[in-house]
Parts: sequence; structure tokens; C-alpha cells
Amino acid sequence: MPTPGFLRRNLETRARIVEAIRCFFRDEAFLEVETPVRYPCPAPELHVEAMRSEDWYLSTSPELHMKRLLADGYESIFQIGKCFRRAERGRIHNPEFTLLEWYRAGTDYLGMLADMERLIPFICSYLGRPAHVEYQGTAIDFSPPWIRMTIREAFQRFAGWSPGPCPDSDRFDVDLVDKIEPALDKRHPTVLLDYPASMCSLARLKPGDPDVAERLEVYAGGLELANAFSELTDAAEQRRRFVVENEKRCRLGREPYPIPERFLSVVGRMPPSGGCALGIDRLVMLFCDAQSIDEVVSFTVETA
Amino acid sequence: MYEAGELKKGLSIQIDGIPYVITNLEFVKPGKGQAVYRCRLRNLIDGSVIDRTFRSGDKFEPANTSQREMQYLYSEGDQYYFMDTKTFEQIFVNADLIGDARKFMLPETVCIITFFGEKPISVQLPNFVELKVTSAGSSFVGDTVSSTYKTVTVETGATIQVPPFIKEGDRIKIDTRSGTGVYVERV
Repeated sequence: MPTPGFLRRNLETRARIVEAIRCFFRDEAFLEVETPVRYPCPAPELHVEAMRSEDWYLSTSPELHMKRLLADGYESIFQIGKCFRRAERGRIHNPEFTLLEWYRAGTDYLGMLADMERLIPFICSYLGRPAHVEYQGTAIDFSPPWIRMTIREAFQRFAGWSPGPCPDSDRFDVDLVDKIEPALDKRHPTVLLDYPASMCSLARLKPGDPDVAERLEVYAGGLELANAFSELTDAAEQRRRFVVENEKRCRLGREPYPIPERFLSVVGRMPPSGGCALGIDRLVMLFCDAQSIDEVVSFTVETA
Repeated sequence: MYEAGELKKGLSIQIDGIPYVITNLEFVKPGKGQAVYRCRLRNLIDGSVIDRTFRSGDKFEPANTSQREMQYLYSEGDQYYFMDTKTFEQIFVNADLIGDARKFMLPETVCIITFFGEKPISVQLPNFVELKVTSAGSSFVGDTVSSTYKTVTVETGATIQVPPFIKEGDRIKIDTRSGTGVYVERV
């Protein structure tokens, strides 16, 4: 049971964390940008539901707009902003949440991981703490390098099978949540890399291993914290994937989203880049030893 | 048929012909993956507990259960007594069948009790109850769900978070569906 005054203390820690993030990116000479929170074309993805705002949608992620900026020649950009996803409510989900997303031209998903391995210890230091936190009874050490494991290795080891490029997504999703995530060593952040090609519609395939895409996910304390890609810059391939995602959506009775034409018309101009999205609410939960996202936001969807 | 997204604590479903009641439900969703519901279920026949993980597309048959409206009378320790207002039949149920929301019950509160055969398996309070504030409480800045809310005590002895303008003697409407109770409005 959180102690009296917990919310205020957590919101103060949250403000310091956001401050630290801005300092980190300022020191890296990044430009902070704000892209539309309401737009006509959410990226079509099978399992991401956009909330309607009149005839448009609320942002599920700033990805497409930030990549349009990369295509326009911006090289190092970051954004801290609210995103909205329908029907996502649980202990670590609120339908409205805050994402930090940053992009670096000229690097790949491993470059973004390297950023994260410096960002989190930087935040610890900014908060006047050593590079570890106590979360739900476990000490998490943030010093790099973090544990890395490919999806193939993780599934082989904890679920007894190896996913191919297009695995049964039901089996994959359930095993990820039931067998893989709980088995990860909570004492260090763990990075799962190289997801099946069919599961990363916005990431490029791995050169030399086209069964997987260059996508990684960072877990800490049992929480999914961040998702990074080597960004796909092939417009024809990206269009094909959007169409496939819409078809998958339709087969499940979900509305297809309009194809993001403005994005597709410029994505070919994007230099090879890395991008990363980090859940700020989840990060604050780690620093505040919060069991629920409700303890680190000022108002939840029920109290707004 | 229920869809996975409609499952909640206290609901009874049938799996392979056996009725279960959901005792715990956790929504889990990796960022790009499908929603998965981790469920703890109690077998209504033999009381055994199983854990199951369901996907958002799964569908479930309701269990062979019936429901009756019954009025809460009083409690003795962990046993809560209810009466059927039509037949005057009285039964008692264990506190854990009601859950945390029992702290908002007053004598005469009408609840819906689900039975499997003759056996009560869950008690559902009305979605909303109206209770009097008996103590406007002290307020710590920031000890609340919302940073401007404060804690008060209501006539059942339970505490709840309310806006600062609520005074002792006010009647408030409470949403009982989450275990902690959520303030709705002053009545």
C-alpha cells in the first residue's frame, strides 16, 4: 500500500526524470520537436487501435511524423508526448500515456540501444542516485552492457521452439507473455533482439538474415520499457507492409486505416536511421517502485 | 458468449463443461502484440484453482449459473447474511465472495448473488451506492489518487477519495465496481 503523500513524491520524481531526459538530449545536440497529436493516418498495425477524434485520429505514436522530419534532413530529434491507444487498460497500461521517441540519422537499432544504456544511468546520476534502483523487491543494476538475447535464443531456451519469419502469432504472443517475459533476469535490463520479419512492419530486415527484422525491446524489472528499430526506408516495401497490416486488421473485423501517403512519398529520402520509443510512465514506475501506472500519473482514465 | 475483453473478476464461465469463476484477471499487452488476459479461475465443483492465459479473440460460454436478487441484512465476523425479498429465505456467504466492495454495503443494500446450483459463488453490489460522509478526514497534500482529492470516511466505516468540497454530512454516490470505490458525485 503506497504511503501518504506518495503521488506528490512520484510526480516530483517524474518531473526530475523528464528534466534529466531533456538535459541528456540537449548535451547530445538533439532538437526537441512536437509533431501532431491529431492526424488523419495512424500507421496501420494489427494490434494498435487508434482513438477517433472527429474524422481524424489521436496519435498512437509520433513515428511517422518524426520520420518525415528525418526525410527532410533533420538528423537528431526527440519528442516527449502523449499517445493514445484504445482498449489498453491494466496495471501497467493507461489508454493515454507518455512516450519518449528519438531518432538518429546514420545509425541503427544497436546505436539506439547504446543511447539507452547511457540515458538511464544519466538519469540516475541526475537524480543523485547510483546506477541502480530497487523495484518490487529486486535491485536492478542499470550499468551497461545490458543482457542481450535474440528472440530465437529466448524462445528456444524458455519456450522450447524457435520462431521462423512468420510464426503463429497467437502462439508467439502467448509464449512471449507467459514463458519469456517472466523468465528474464530482473536484476539487469534485458534486451530481446531480432524479431520475426512479420512482426515489425516499420523496421528493416536484417541484412544477411531476412527472416528477422532489426527490432529490439528492452525489459527492466519485468516491465516492457522501450522498442527500437533500424528504420525501414524502402517506400515500396513499406507500402506493401501497410497493406498487409490492414488486411490482417480486416480479417479480425477491425477497421483498416488510411494508407499514410504523405509519409510514403518521402520515406525513400530518409537516410538509414535508428529510432526508439520509451514509455516514460514505465520508467517512472521503476524509479518510484510503483506497482501500478496509477501511482505515477496525475489522473488515470477513470479519474480524468 | 463472452469475449475475452468482457471477462472480469466474479464472472463465471464454462471451460470443457466445467464451471469456473474468475478470481483474478490481468490485462497484459506487449507494445506490438495482441492483448492477452492472464486469468486465475476457481473450479466451482471441486474448488481447485487453475491459471489460464486467454487471447483477445477467444470466446467463452457462460457457466450454468443462476442469479437472484438478495438483500443484505448483517454480518457476523466473516459471514454475511442475505435475504431473498420474495421468499424470505436467508443465506450467508463468506466475505471473500463479496470482495473489497463489501465495505460499501448497508443493511438493506440489494445485491445480485450468483448461484451454481444451490451454492452461492459470487455477490455483486449495485454499480452505484449512496452513502453519507461521517468524517471529512484530514488531508495530506498528495496522499490521493488525484492530487486534489482527500480521504473521507462514510457511514459504513469505509474510506474513499473525494474532491475537497465534500463535507461531513454530505451524501455521495460511489461507483463500487473497482474494489477501492470511486467517487462519482454529491447527491
